[in-house]
Amino acid sequence: MRVTLFIPCFIDSLYPKVAMSIVQIFERLGHEVDYPEGQTCCGQPPFNSGYWDEAREVAARQLEVFRDAEVVVSASGSCGAMFKKFYLELFHGHPQEAAAKALAAKTYEFSEFLVDKLGVRDVGARFDGKVTFHDGCHGLRELGTKEAPRELLRAVKGLELIEMGEAESCCGFGGMFAVKFPQISTAMAEVKCNSIIDTGVEYVVSNDSSCLMQIQGYLSRHSPRVVKSLHLAEVLAQQ
Amino acid sequence: MINASEPQEQFQIDADRTTADEPRRAAVRQALGNYKTARSKTENAFASWPHARDAAATIKYEGINHLDRYLREFEEKFTARGGKVFWASSGAQAREYILRLARERAVKSIVKSKAMTSEEIHLNDALEKDGYHVIESDLGEFIQQLKHEPPYHFVFPCMHLKREEISALFERELGTAKTDSPEELTMIARRFLRRHYINADMGISGGNFIVAETGMISITENEGNARLATALPKIHVALVGIEKIIPRLADLALFLPMLATAGTGQQLTCYNSMYGGPRQPGEIDGPEEFHVVLLDNHRTRLLADAEQRDALHCIRCGACLNVCPIFKNIGGHAYGTTYQGPIGSVITPHFRGLQDWKHLSGASSLCGACTEACPVKIDIHHHLLQNRRNAVSEKKVWWERFIWFGFRELMKRPWAYQMAMRLAPVGQFFHPLVLGTALDPVNSWTKTRDFPAAAPQSFHDWWRDRKGVRK
Repeated sequence: MRVTLFIPCFIDSLYPKVAMSIVQIFERLGHEVDYPEGQTCCGQPPFNSGYWDEAREVAARQLEVFRDAEVVVSASGSCGAMFKKFYLELFHGHPQEAAAKALAAKTYEFSEFLVDKLGVRDVGARFDGKVTFHDGCHGLRELGTKEAPRELLRAVKGLELIEMGEAESCCGFGGMFAVKFPQISTAMAEVKCNSIIDTGVEYVVSNDSSCLMQIQGYLSRHSPRVVKSLHLAEVLAQQ
Repeated sequence: MINASEPQEQFQIDADRTTADEPRRAAVRQALGNYKTARSKTENAFASWPHARDAAATIKYEGINHLDRYLREFEEKFTARGGKVFWASSGAQAREYILRLARERAVKSIVKSKAMTSEEIHLNDALEKDGYHVIESDLGEFIQQLKHEPPYHFVFPCMHLKREEISALFERELGTAKTDSPEELTMIARRFLRRHYINADMGISGGNFIVAETGMISITENEGNARLATALPKIHVALVGIEKIIPRLADLALFLPMLATAGTGQQLTCYNSMYGGPRQPGEIDGPEEFHVVLLDNHRTRLLADAEQRDALHCIRCGACLNVCPIFKNIGGHAYGTTYQGPIGSVITPHFRGLQDWKHLSGASSLCGACTEACPVKIDIHHHLLQNRRNAVSEKKVWWERFIWFGFRELMKRPWAYQMAMRLAPVGQFFHPLVLGTALDPVNSWTKTRDFPAAAPQSFHDWWRDRKGVRK
């Protein structure tokens, strides 16, 4: 299958290893990977801030870029939810409504695509360590992805998955929310990170790098011991 | 405590203070952790909780979308048994009606059971100003009244208090002895309240459901105080929001266990009473007069908004507060509203003005835990998003407009975007020069959290290099 990647802007610049890992995994599984170079940002920041006109212009650009793709796989649950759910609202009653529906129908979050679309659970990875999984809210509640990442992690040799008490609690990132209400955002991160630390793991894994930016940002400033954050793809790419 | 003039500014100040209070946050977390356990057990007692939610949402949809018809049906049935209905468009009208009634009947003492509508229209203040003695009979509300504080949570008014704080409050206000026994604290309140039920000549309650079919008000409670407050005084006034309508009596078979499950994790609350009118000929108890004040107070404004009309489905169970990470960390008072938490952030802008209260819709990570927990399936977190959009289309903030203009210009041009990505590591190289100072553009992030280093090479450039090599 020809897999077209959607690599959100912050992964492109801050976490390129995540995207490289995704390329590696799909190629290892024998799929052709495509990355349209004209892609930028899904437009979620202005959308969530109420600036829908600005968001629509940026989003329209992505509709163009991914028009010919067979399937689009997003490296982030949150940006995937933007394509899959929020574009439908953003373009409701606009000329690009049909294009938005077409994109929504062929977009998948990374773990969901592997498990539900390709039927793959074991990608042949090996990773020695104790890991806990953080559910990104958009992946969990907008896209309904709960089991897929866990199934993938359980199939990794050498990996021990330990559930935390607050797995489904928001990490407090929330995009602009994290800088507009830093005190609330940080308090939420504290609750989340304490729950991570309590499990005794060495790694916290998620399918959303935006949450990990928040979690790692808090952990590296406040955690009494080292807990490293990794995107699911970075774990699955290891052999 | 600092008082700011703008609700938004006040919110930021209060959130700063309450998020720094870790012992209080821990207490709230613990209380709500117990709720979560109890609730999931009770949910499992339903044949299917998801189907129960669907059914409840459908019934509320029917009620709200035919509100005019069902309210009139209620009025007709209720007045046929001698009850009186007053249609209050505004809080002021509701207050005036109740004050006039108290004046005309020469009322001296009033006992109340829990009614968030009365908090909403500041009824106690108005009654006390006119010289009436008003006492709250719900234990949590009674404690908050003694503390001169509004409820912290619209279902659990004093959930933020520890028992030693309540004991100290009783010691100070009622002159009782110190105790750390919850039973003894309850008995103190009970002994104090009993004589007030007997002396009161007016009882004021809220209402959990308005049943159109039979013309009745349904009240759900755990303490029996509402039964006393409504049955003993010679006048009963129920102040109820018009959205509490349900079409049929049989609907309660779903809603009573659902409200208990979502609200407290109980299968049913201890007391569920139906009130259908004043004392009928031949009956030995009940009030001589029974007035129902149907309160609009901007609810019809919400009804007119087709996108958010489902917010009127709310049965005020408080589930969205109980699961909300924002509520758990800032607590109920920081909201500065009658209805706290996610549902409060949705409806308050409709009730009290979007521009003044839009910040509550902004103060959310949009995690959706509220929507998931809502028993009547209100699309709560998406309504927060719509409030943000509506606030912007009404009035743009100049600096936000500037930022999103720049963002749009950058993101619609791939070459500009890629150049910015290449410049990011350079910008970050100089970041330590301003880190932690007021000049730091990302100070509100870096004050409490580290920021990741931009990679020397973006994925985009890596892909391009790799493609070049492969060719």
